[in-house]
Amino acid sequence: MSAALTIPMEHGLLLAAILFSIGLLGVMVRRNIIFILMSLEIMLNACAMVFIIAGAHWGQPDGQIMFMLILSVAAAEVAVGLGLLLQVFRRFDSLDIDKANRMRG
Amino acid sequence: MIQLGLFYIAATITIASSLLAITRHNASHALIYLIVSLLGSAIVFYVLGAPFAAVLEVLIYAGAIMVLFVFVIMMLNLGAAGIKNEQLWLKPGMWIVPSLLCLALLAEILYLLNSSSQALSGAVIGPKAVGIELFGPYVLAVEIASMLLLAGLVGAYHLGRRYLLDMRGESI
Repeated sequence: MSAALTIPMEHGLLLAAILFSIGLLGVMVRRNIIFILMSLEIMLNACAMVFIIAGAHWGQPDGQIMFMLILSVAAAEVAVGLGLLLQVFRRFDSLDIDKANRMRG
Repeated sequence: MIQLGLFYIAATITIASSLLAITRHNASHALIYLIVSLLGSAIVFYVLGAPFAAVLEVLIYAGAIMVLFVFVIMMLNLGAAGIKNEQLWLKPGMWIVPSLLCLALLAEILYLLNSSSQALSGAVIGPKAVGIELFGPYVLAVEIASMLLLAGLVGAYHLGRRYLLDMRGESI
């Protein structure tokens, strides 16, 4: 693994930052709830990647443990999010997030 | 040297498939691209010396969580009408302002990252070290994660029930 010494930390962080920006862009642009949830997954994955990179930087297993905690957060978030999605679809007959604005936000 | 090549190829694939995933009109196509993106990040994790995290990424993210999306897309069964709706909702002009905002934020991060330069240690941290740490000092975090998953389970069960429709006076 001595060849891995040449991967600079910035490039890993750059990858995570680009992925996070892509996810943020998706959340901002899309109106379909399925796509918003997918973009949230991309963002969570980018956050987990930062933890892995930090763990690799200091050579500690803590980064992977935080990755697992983020994984469980993502699993719970997707389960509840998809349940909400089904309710929105049943009530409004549409996946458009803008239809669910009874509070006129 | 091979590790370096793997990292950059996997990173490129991850970014490209993520971009494709958020721009598709068809939900199933977007989901496939998202799975490719997650597999690419699994390779990145492996190259960075975290094989256990790479395995978890494939098993849980690309496997279990994406299967939930597949089930929901199959349940809704939107088909051609869904694609037509997406084309209606997603006009090309809508991308401009959010893209500029995200690019501005990315440029700020780039500027901050520019200041220092350090190489990663490249040491492999195996599952054994992770397991010892996880059930040693982090055992409380495991408990909290289990409670979070239980809350997610209860919430998903409640939201998935059909009786919520009764509040609107619809038949079940």
